[in-house]
Amino acid sequence: MHTLITIQLKADKLFLNFSGEITVYTINILQNKLLNINTSTVKEIVFDLNAILFLDTAGALFLNKLQHDYEIQTFNVKISSHNKKINDTLELVENYKIDSNTRDERAVSSLHIFYRKYRKYIEGVKYFMEFLGRLFMSIVLYLKSFKSIRYKEIFFEINESGVKALWIVSLTSFLIGLVVAFQSSYQLKIYGANIFIVDMLGLSILRELAPVITAIVIAGRSGSAFTAQIGAMKITQEIDAMKTMGFDPYSFLLLPRIIALMIILPILVFVSDIMGMLGGMIVANIDLGITVEVFTSRFQEVIKVKHFYVGILKAPFFAFLIASIGIYRGLVVKDDTKSIGINTTKSVVESIFAVIVCDALFSIAFTSVGI
Amino acid sequence: MNIIEVRNLKTKFENKIVHDNISLTIKEGEIYGLLGPSGCGKTTLLREMVMLQEFSEGSIEVLGYDIYNINHVNAQKIRSKWGVLFQAGALFSSLSIKENIALPLIEYTDLSSSMIDEIVNFKINLVGLKSSDAHLFPSQISGGMKKKAALARALAMDPKLLFLDEPTSGLDPISARDFDRLILKLRSVLGLTIVMVSHDLQSIYDTLDRVAIIDNQKIAYEGTISEIGSVNSNFIQTFFKNKEHII
Repeated sequence: MHTLITIQLKADKLFLNFSGEITVYTINILQNKLLNINTSTVKEIVFDLNAILFLDTAGALFLNKLQHDYEIQTFNVKISSHNKKINDTLELVENYKIDSNTRDERAVSSLHIFYRKYRKYIEGVKYFMEFLGRLFMSIVLYLKSFKSIRYKEIFFEINESGVKALWIVSLTSFLIGLVVAFQSSYQLKIYGANIFIVDMLGLSILRELAPVITAIVIAGRSGSAFTAQIGAMKITQEIDAMKTMGFDPYSFLLLPRIIALMIILPILVFVSDIMGMLGGMIVANIDLGITVEVFTSRFQEVIKVKHFYVGILKAPFFAFLIASIGIYRGLVVKDDTKSIGINTTKSVVESIFAVIVCDALFSIAFTSVGI
Repeated sequence: MNIIEVRNLKTKFENKIVHDNISLTIKEGEIYGLLGPSGCGKTTLLREMVMLQEFSEGSIEVLGYDIYNINHVNAQKIRSKWGVLFQAGALFSSLSIKENIALPLIEYTDLSSSMIDEIVNFKINLVGLKSSDAHLFPSQISGGMKKKAALARALAMDPKLLFLDEPTSGLDPISARDFDRLILKLRSVLGLTIVMVSHDLQSIYDTLDRVAIIDNQKIAYEGTISEIGSVNSNFIQTFFKNKEHII
């Protein structure tokens, strides 16, 4: 590599002889070399640029800044350069650089940041309310004419988010039934209360576990899919295109998904009930010696049908929450790719949280009215 | 010196031939245009030159390297010597304008952050953006601003070679002419070699030194604009028919 600079001190004049290629890759070296120059006796500084082979704009910007820094320190700076190209580059930099003093820094106080954040939440709540309102209006319009219901899309979504989820929902519920029965059988054996496993499993699975577990699986599976699909459609302006063609995105995209999920989730909960009880029954048979006949007759005796209905009844509400949060998150995706990731995460977390809150509310409500 | 040499290039997609035996030469310091009707493979040729797409036969030499048989080290070397402006800007959507331009500087040099700031601000000003817009994200700015920001990013490392894919499309006429002037100035001051795909007739007449016209999978013409009228090609006759109105 060329030597970039030679420094000479003659009386009260400092000569900086630049040479070689002064580019974005080399100005860092130059900067370090210029750091420790003793300028106490110097009055005039001469930049000799005649030996420079190539100067790019970053290098020119560096020289320009250096010159100004020296001038601020009241040195007399002279530039000696006969190369037209280098002079042109320096001139270009001088014309287009931005004075660092006048730069818009946009300093903001922490109070302002807090206010902005707070406002964002309020806007978010407002937007969600608007979303619910429009959704309600489209449901009303939908129900007015059965012709406008998009059966094809609804059945497509039932297949996508319901039928294809059967396997994973069954397996999860089966394992949950197995685990719950296995854990409680150990406790029950101590008291010799083996038969009560039926009461326990029936109540917990039918009322709580099956609907909540199913809803969580579907939230992770379909909620995220809704957000990503609709978010991507928003980025590629497909939703804008639909609007300009007069297709209401609410009735084309939103309602089919919501209706499909509200139809299929109760059915999935029913399947989950069966599989959960099956898992429990197997453990009861092996671990506690309760035969299938004893198990089923006890089940009919102690578990009232209302427990089953309570579980099934909750499912459409969960479905509505999952679908509407998933779609809402898709619609607030902004025009960049990062926002899809953020909103998909939020969609899953929020819908699971909403399901659990809703379940707690149902629990309180049902208990207080004695169901 | 020849910056880019394309020799007997053939490009095939499945069974569709895009380029059939294309040869052209781009010399140092010139502004070279790739023209032709839509779908003739101008952008494909540009993508092949910047190693985004492979070709079937022939050779392309860029900055003295044969890009078909190039190794990783040399490929990185020539990548640092060119800048590419994509048609829609292709700014990184998760970074602000300033961060977009600073990214190559941060990745490839050891400059201090204040120096990087200085360079970024200069580049922003050079392409005609306001420094107060530098903190905005690509989703918050207009199409024209995106183009300027993308040009600033392409210029961040002071490349010797600049590829522009339809630089003036989507700009208003005044910005488009400003863009042309900027390109001419950059060429004269920084000694850039510029290869561009363009449909903007005014810009073609104002900026281009030489052009290659691709039509029917072949080069219909290579040379200066002033001699173009004498060429017998359907596309050239219709495209340049009205040039008297423009000049």
